[in-house]
Amino acid sequence: MTVGKDVSALFPDVVNCMQTDNLELKKLVYLYLMNYAKSQPDMAIMAVNTFVKDCEDPNPLIRALAVRTMGCIRVDKITEYLCEPLRKCLKDEDPYVRKTAAVCVAKLHDINAQLVEDQGFLDTLKDLISDSNPMVVANAVAALSEIAESHPSSNLLDLNPQSINKLLTALNECTEWGQIFILDCLANYMPKDDREAQSICERVTPRLSHANSAVVLSAVKVLMKFMEMLSKDLDYYGTLLKKLAPPLVTLLSAEPELQYVALRNINLIVQKRPEILKHEMKVFFVKYNDPIYVKLEKLDIMIRLASQANIAQVLAELKEYATEVDVDFVRKAVRAIGRCAIKVEQSAERCVSTLLDLIQTKVNYVVQEAIVVIKDIFRKYPNKYESVIATLCENLDSLDEPEARAAMIWIVGEYAERIDNADELLESFLEGFHDESTQVQLQLLTAIVKLFLKKPTETQELVQQVLSLATQDSDNPDLRDRGYIYWRLLSTDPVAAKEVVLAEKPLISEETDLIEPTLLDELICYIGTLASVYHKPPSAFVEGGRGVVHKSLPPRTASNESTESPEAAPAGAPTGEQPDVIPTQGDLLGDLLNLDLGPPVSGPPLATSSVQMGAVDLLGGGLDSLMGDEPEGIGDTNFGAPPAAAPARPGAPIGSGLSDLFDLTSGVGTLSGSYVAPKAVWLPAMKAKGLEISGTFTRQVGSISMDLQLTNKALQVMMDFAIQFNRNSFGLAPAAPLQVHAPLSPNQTVEISLPLNTVGSVMKMDPLNNLQVAVKNNIDIFYFSTLYPLHILFVEDGKMDRQMFLATWKDIPNENEAQFQIRDCPLNAEAVSSRLQSSNIFTIAKRNVEGQDMLYQSLKLTNGIWVLAELRIQPGNTSFTDLELSLKCRAPEVSPHVYQAYETILKN
Amino acid sequence: MIHSLFLINSSGDIFLEKHWKSVVSRSVCDYFFEAQERATEAENVPPVIPTPHHYLLSVYRHKIFFVAVIQTEVPPLFVIEFLHRVVDTFQDYFGVCSEPMIKDNVVVVYEVLEEMLDNGFPLATESNILKELIKPPTILRTVVNTITGSTNVGNQLPTGQLSVVPWRRTGVKYTNNEAYFDVIEEIDAIIDKSGSTITAEIQGVIDACVKLTGMPDLTLSFMNPRLLDDVSFHPCVRFKRWESERILSFIPPDGNFRLLSYHVSAQNLVAIPVYVKHNISFRDSSSLGRFEITVGPKQTMGKTIEGVIILSQMPRGVLNMSLTPSQGTHTFDPVTKMLSWDVGKINPQKLPSLKGTMSLQAGASKPDENPTINLQFKIQQLAISGLKVNRLDMYGEKYKPFKGIKYMTKAGKFQVRT
Repeated sequence: MTVGKDVSALFPDVVNCMQTDNLELKKLVYLYLMNYAKSQPDMAIMAVNTFVKDCEDPNPLIRALAVRTMGCIRVDKITEYLCEPLRKCLKDEDPYVRKTAAVCVAKLHDINAQLVEDQGFLDTLKDLISDSNPMVVANAVAALSEIAESHPSSNLLDLNPQSINKLLTALNECTEWGQIFILDCLANYMPKDDREAQSICERVTPRLSHANSAVVLSAVKVLMKFMEMLSKDLDYYGTLLKKLAPPLVTLLSAEPELQYVALRNINLIVQKRPEILKHEMKVFFVKYNDPIYVKLEKLDIMIRLASQANIAQVLAELKEYATEVDVDFVRKAVRAIGRCAIKVEQSAERCVSTLLDLIQTKVNYVVQEAIVVIKDIFRKYPNKYESVIATLCENLDSLDEPEARAAMIWIVGEYAERIDNADELLESFLEGFHDESTQVQLQLLTAIVKLFLKKPTETQELVQQVLSLATQDSDNPDLRDRGYIYWRLLSTDPVAAKEVVLAEKPLISEETDLIEPTLLDELICYIGTLASVYHKPPSAFVEGGRGVVHKSLPPRTASNESTESPEAAPAGAPTGEQPDVIPTQGDLLGDLLNLDLGPPVSGPPLATSSVQMGAVDLLGGGLDSLMGDEPEGIGDTNFGAPPAAAPARPGAPIGSGLSDLFDLTSGVGTLSGSYVAPKAVWLPAMKAKGLEISGTFTRQVGSISMDLQLTNKALQVMMDFAIQFNRNSFGLAPAAPLQVHAPLSPNQTVEISLPLNTVGSVMKMDPLNNLQVAVKNNIDIFYFSTLYPLHILFVEDGKMDRQMFLATWKDIPNENEAQFQIRDCPLNAEAVSSRLQSSNIFTIAKRNVEGQDMLYQSLKLTNGIWVLAELRIQPGNTSFTDLELSLKCRAPEVSPHVYQAYETILKN
Repeated sequence: MIHSLFLINSSGDIFLEKHWKSVVSRSVCDYFFEAQERATEAENVPPVIPTPHHYLLSVYRHKIFFVAVIQTEVPPLFVIEFLHRVVDTFQDYFGVCSEPMIKDNVVVVYEVLEEMLDNGFPLATESNILKELIKPPTILRTVVNTITGSTNVGNQLPTGQLSVVPWRRTGVKYTNNEAYFDVIEEIDAIIDKSGSTITAEIQGVIDACVKLTGMPDLTLSFMNPRLLDDVSFHPCVRFKRWESERILSFIPPDGNFRLLSYHVSAQNLVAIPVYVKHNISFRDSSSLGRFEITVGPKQTMGKTIEGVIILSQMPRGVLNMSLTPSQGTHTFDPVTKMLSWDVGKINPQKLPSLKGTMSLQAGASKPDENPTINLQFKIQQLAISGLKVNRLDMYGEKYKPFKGIKYMTKAGKFQVRT
């Protein structure tokens, strides 16, 4: 059999031998069965009887051997007969048999999953988690984990504090492999509060000293995950951080393969908690006989750990590496120097000089790599190290890799005004334009356009040459499109072109190569697994069909409110939530398409069609006119306007786009004060002869203002603006005249903040917060009315004394009390209170009644009316709370408006 | 869990395969061969290789690739640790772990592998238990087996697996009861051009050979346990006792085992016992370079440095070297450009040196990289960290055992940059 002869014919005879007492013979027979059962399933049934018998043997070791062999016979027919003996063995008195039987369930599940479920073996297996013998527990956990992997939705490993306790006890006594299974299982548990997390951490910490590195890394995973729940002020948190470093360092003295996996994981850990290893830089220094995969990983971590304190050491090392033999490694080392410069600002200068030293070595690939990183340094620190450009230019000829060439061209283009012979340099590249890779071609195109915009007089020819090369002779659509865009920009509006092409670039930062935080958090949950080696979530590479449970780090909870913290999600819940939070790629695509296809206004489709037409026409006559043009200064360069309707006013959309951006930021900025509603259109242009007014009300440090946005949608210029309010309930009036300095030209928008006071004449309006406004300009007078949110009237000194509050509360008659409901507020008591506080609703006292938080609050209006409030916070489902608001006020008619204010503040 | 194991030699032949679940086709190894081809040297083959349906995790030891195939998410360290355990077991069984040895003992190998994993779950990985199940081959036993027709399969089942101390078999009996401990420290260091230390750390282990009757309970205490702040223990060590009293308390496995490994990091100031003076210079114009190395003792606490070997990978441009050593023998391999100098003992009165010239490729510019010098040495009766065992006590048994402790310091990855 072992030499490849088919001896299946002897099946019946061999089976007869099964009932021997000789252990050696029995083993051989079992081996025979495992081999031939599959090819002779009918015969194999004959063996069943013996298995059943052996499972009742007085010797536990024989029982175990029988149950172990049973599972290895991968024949469907046989499995049914094996259920009974297996069930017995799972309840065997001897732990050795139980532990073997536990694994057998996993084997059986692999062959026939349905059978295992029908026979209720899974429940028996779950019971084994609370077995008295640690080995049995470990194997049960291992079997369950394996089964769970093919059934992600079944809550096979639903853990509760009792079973966790069992696992932790078993952890100390089982074999190293068992410890790995148990630790991995523990990592899926979600402790209910930080105290539980801490006690688990305390019991897991000794595993960090295990000789088996897999145990160590699994323990690290559990600790990293549960640490998330511990408060950072805790002494224990600091101790734990300190305890994590040595075992990680020790992993690096193991065999290279282990080192590799460890380093991939350390890479994650360093990104999540850099403080753990910040003093251990030296252990990541590369030894020259490390395998290349270890070297590259070490280098990566060195950069992540680089800081001002150790940068000198790191740079010295990196420079050393740059003279090594292995080309890949040298390249990465040079690149690392650049990344250090970007990461540690103080070291930039030293990094640049190191790079220059390396360029002096004239080793081809070192020079090329150095130029690529110097480009990045230029982007991070613009206008700082231009002095080195001359040195770079010396090496122009030796560059043969596209990336280096592209980088060099970028540098020349970016600093064209400082390089005297920039045009010659770029021209030399242009000669072999078609042989260059796309990357270089694109870069060259851009660089020459930049050069032209900077030195228009001498480079007209060059730019025309490159534009024609890009648009006429290239098959690459990217290149052609970019060529057309530049050309069109240059021909229609050179000023705009300058703004676009020479626009300030966003700075790059070291974060560019960090793993994005949500992914990082997920990966931390997968420390020690394949996911951590690939730095990808399992869903990205685990084969389809097997659904993957998303794991997330537990939320941090403070110890006093942890008991009622609604956030603590159930353990290892199969979260389909993930896709909701982060739109999947499909969704995003859909959104993009929606954006494009369902335009809110009729503008975009028109624009696209005109662009297409433009392109067609450009191919026709446009180029001729370009070529025929005479060189002129940039101010009035007339490129022979493209014949078709070019995209109208190229500058304007960008300009307004930018101002929109600023709007956004300013809006965000004011959020820190009282809540500001987004601007709403108060006066549509149709009703006001082209003047559109939108606005909102704000309150900041005691002063109320009305933020207006005036847009001229008419064809004529508007000027002479003035504003007036009708009498209103709270006496709101402009504190200053409406100041629009310059006349408002067509399509222009102006932002004005109009300060208000409350000393105007009072008249009760209906609704109470109605405000009638008149706006005048050179065209006409327009009227509109708007409702202001009441909270702009809440004054800063609205905090009532406790005693006073109690007295007033009693004093106000009960019929003045109004009750309201606020549903699904996404905040907890703390947040509610602080959110309200920023809008001048002050919490005077807080009580906890039957698990519900009660907040007692007061506020005062500008006209001196006090409003008292009692806010009952009922923890609703998971993260939303329901609020019950009782308001008491001597003027009950304000209550509904106060309630509205509450709602707007809390829900936005 | 672990699906299959393939053993592949450095020329790329699969010479052994073992499947614990269903059979995985050999063709899965093609992905491994691809990776092997891409990596220039065997050491550089990445340890984790994804394939469309499986993952290949490999370790490279004794010029053999041990490639494990897994299908589902399994902690890679778990697999790699296990593979190393397999190699250790083979070494334990056959003395050396080499392709011919494995081929000669293929039956035992299969039997051992069968016992180590059950359906991919580790079953018996302790060498004690394994040896009880399957006896290691000895010449005598092979003779007996051929005559009597019996095999190496033990006819007992592993009773040790039932006990709470799975690492120790029951019913151990010796006439001479002895317990020996070796404290071995390896210095990993990088020394820069000027002779100053860039990093230095000590990897220490305590290996034990315990042959004691019955169920002895040992305690081992140190003079200076504070040195050991980063330790990994054999599972037999009671961790609580160590935490509270800094004493190693354990029921030892039978035979050879690693009790403890520890790590003394750079912060604790690692003494460097040797220094290397070097003068290696290439000149741009001439095709000759000068080469000179001297080794000497530094902080040796009065002990002799022995077994000194110097290895250096010379730059590709070096064609040959003509050198004269003051002691020992040296070789230079013009193909691999590896210079090795077996120095032997260092006599502090007369420092060993190696001087001479290198001939370089004519006309080629001087090499970009400087050779790194790799140093090996041994110092007997010294633990360079200063760790000292205080005493060893035995409880639970009545006899008096022989006790012994040995110290040794070795070079680990000890590199001098030039």
